[in-house]
Amino acid sequence: MSAPVEERILLDDLVGKGWRKPPFIKRGWLRWGLILGGLVYLVVALASMDVNWTRVYEGLDRGWQFVLAFTNPDFTSRAADIKEGMIESIIMSIAATVVGIALSIPVALGAARNIAPLPVYLVCRGIVAMSRALNEIIVAILLVAIFGFGPLAGFITLSFASIGFLAKLLAEDIEDLDRSQAEAVKATGASWMQWINYGVQPQVMPRLIGLSIYRLDINFRESAILGLVGAGGIGATLNTAFDRYEFDTAAAILLLIIVIVMALEYISGIVRGWVQ
Amino acid sequence: MPQVLTGDGTKIWMLRDRKAQFTRWAAWMVGAIIFLWCWKQISDATTWFFVWDAPRIAGDIGGRAMPPRWEYIDKLWKPLWDTLNIATLGTFFALIMAVPVAFLAAKNTTPSALFIRPVALFIIVASRSINSLIWALLLVAILGPGIFAGMVAIAIRSVGFCAKLLYEAIEEIDLKQVEAITATGASRWQVMAYGIVPQILPAFAGIAVFRWDINIRESTVLGLVGAGGIGLQLKGSLDTLAWPQVSLIILVIFGTVIVSEWVSARVRGAII
Amino acid sequence: MLELRNLSKTYKTGDKALNDVTLDVPGGQVLALIGPSGAGKSTLIRCINRLVEPTGGSVVLDGTDVTRLGSSGLRRMRRRMGMIFQEYALVERLTVMENVLSGRLGYVGFWRSWARKYPQADVDEAYRLLDRVGLLAMADKRADELSGGQRQRVGIARALIQNPALLLVDEPTASLDPKTSRQIMRLICELCRERDLAAIINIHDVKLAQMFVQRVIGLTKGVVQFDGPPEGLSEDVLTRIYGEEDWKETIAKDDGGEEAA
Ligand SMILES: Nc1ncnc2c1ncn2[C@@H]1O[C@H](COP(=O)(O)OP(=O)(O)OP(=O)(O)O)[C@@H](O)[C@H]1O
Ligand SMILES: [Mg+2]
Repeated sequence: MSAPVEERILLDDLVGKGWRKPPFIKRGWLRWGLILGGLVYLVVALASMDVNWTRVYEGLDRGWQFVLAFTNPDFTSRAADIKEGMIESIIMSIAATVVGIALSIPVALGAARNIAPLPVYLVCRGIVAMSRALNEIIVAILLVAIFGFGPLAGFITLSFASIGFLAKLLAEDIEDLDRSQAEAVKATGASWMQWINYGVQPQVMPRLIGLSIYRLDINFRESAILGLVGAGGIGATLNTAFDRYEFDTAAAILLLIIVIVMALEYISGIVRGWVQ
Repeated sequence: MPQVLTGDGTKIWMLRDRKAQFTRWAAWMVGAIIFLWCWKQISDATTWFFVWDAPRIAGDIGGRAMPPRWEYIDKLWKPLWDTLNIATLGTFFALIMAVPVAFLAAKNTTPSALFIRPVALFIIVASRSINSLIWALLLVAILGPGIFAGMVAIAIRSVGFCAKLLYEAIEEIDLKQVEAITATGASRWQVMAYGIVPQILPAFAGIAVFRWDINIRESTVLGLVGAGGIGLQLKGSLDTLAWPQVSLIILVIFGTVIVSEWVSARVRGAII
Repeated sequence: MLELRNLSKTYKTGDKALNDVTLDVPGGQVLALIGPSGAGKSTLIRCINRLVEPTGGSVVLDGTDVTRLGSSGLRRMRRRMGMIFQEYALVERLTVMENVLSGRLGYVGFWRSWARKYPQADVDEAYRLLDRVGLLAMADKRADELSGGQRQRVGIARALIQNPALLLVDEPTASLDPKTSRQIMRLICELCRERDLAAIINIHDVKLAQMFVQRVIGLTKGVVQFDGPPEGLSEDVLTRIYGEEDWKETIAKDDGGEEAA
């Protein structure tokens, strides 16, 4: 690999000269433009924040009380509400995860370009996009308006969100699953259902199980906010606690949520190890 | 491979032996019972009268929400700008906080696996377990309503997420490169700057963009609890049953989310 | 110059990797360390600059006991020992120049190194070394854009810019093709001669070792089995080091002919 003569770099030209790391963005104007733009944005955005510092200062005291509340959480004064809300949250998450999985499988099959015909593909991708773009809480508000208060609205919200999440990841999985293996099954003259059953399912199953438990975890965390808009779960109790500045009760609820999430993560680790 | 011996000693292949098959069935049964029980609880807590009425109500709301009140968009630019700031600044501060937490949490960089690592891991779990809307609720109670509370909520919620992904990246680095830098006589901080930072920088950039995208979604609804942004307008319109405005706001949120997803995909493509 | 006294290492797993190794390396001597896989060669090299903490004995470099140094003393001592690795161990995402300059980290403060503001003398030396190993044109390329042989040259430049008294070389050629292997070995040995450096080179290729070094140490199960000139490697010596096998092809004949493929 010899460079053309006129381009050859000579040691004598370099010794005595400084060295600088070649910049990440080669074009100077673009680099400086980005740096400058970023700084200007930061200043403008921070300026538009409009913080009421006296209010913040007063709030620090309350913040400290809240931190203290964590050392002394109150599980007892609202034990009945907490218990009921927690159970409702868990129920909603479990039911929504099950329904979400069940519905996400056909949607995922439809959203995988290598399996589904174009019209089906577009419809299923549309469902996925809708479900991912609409925040759970907005869906919950609309569903509460339609179905009335209660866990049914929350359950449907979480199911809908689970479909988008699971179907997108599953569809991507199916799209880049091992082609030859799936084709080998097809070559035996299997029907479409058999093909899915023997060629696709075994490859996607372990990941589906892993994802489902992860989604259960997310659903549980999300279920904690649905109560804010009347869609059931622990959120309502939590909201009341904050409204009344009952930080020790709020701390108790938050601690419970953290413990349950930790437990779910632990379980999902075990199950994932067990599936593989 | 499970096999069954028949009477005359020949082996017959079966997918699973009887015990495993029974366990499997039992697991399915238990799962089904749990689900049915959950469903019964939900159903008991539901006023089915309203549900049967739902199609009519949905049609009614839909009819009132269409067409969206387009003029209202003039009032949405400022909240949209606030939403962008909440997400961007929140991500920015979250990243600043996530870096030290990640280094304290990664097995290969933590100063003490016995005392400091569990604390760092707890910070991560606590931050991740609690939804940004709840953080916002809490911060509105503490700091008062406004976009500042929203930004802090986003930042706190994102710390755990970013730190978790980052510390996983740190744990996966190539230790040989770190050893080589150590062998030159570099100090602890130099080993970090030369051996570790270059290796995790791409992961860091990816995490930042990924979280920014998520934060745009989340900051669109923080206003529902008073933490600023376009959610505030949504709440106002819902409270006054101004359905044409609601439908416009939802459309705007939808558009914002799609744009942010597109931007983050482009940026990620440019970085990697 | 370098003295190992009863150096021992027992890993936490209970593996006794080094067992009372005693060794003297005079200044400027290039020494090959051979032995079967798992003999403890890498462990020996790493115990010298304490990437692995020895569990017994001492390492004395120019009269200083390395095993007793505190962390800043150890860092100063490591500057005197350049290390070259089998898989090159370059920081892949940094440029060639940054990788070479990282050899000066022990001499430069943190902020200077962070800002990449090295003293002019270091930069000049880096250019000279890159020129010496034939990579001057690659200075601003990223390390992961180089071929294996080129990377190893960068690794050599990084070790030399430390201005060391001793090179610790762990299987420099194990990932390279035969021709490049020879070039790299030749380069290392030439540089050692030019700069009067001592070197300990772990190597699996006995013939290659015989071609270039002045002294060979055979290590088996953490114990020195052979210590002598390369010509002393007879078939039964190799059997003692590696175990029973037909060694005729492995040993270089008088004129050091081609390696068997
Ligand atoms: N980090 C470690 N933890 C536990 N045991 C180790 C470790 N590193 C090496 N060992 C053990 O120490 C012994 C010597 O290993 P070492 O890597 O020094 O051998 P080697 O001669 O360099 O082998 P190779 O030629 O394969 O590189 C081996 O038995 C190995 O299993
Ligand atoms: Mg080795």
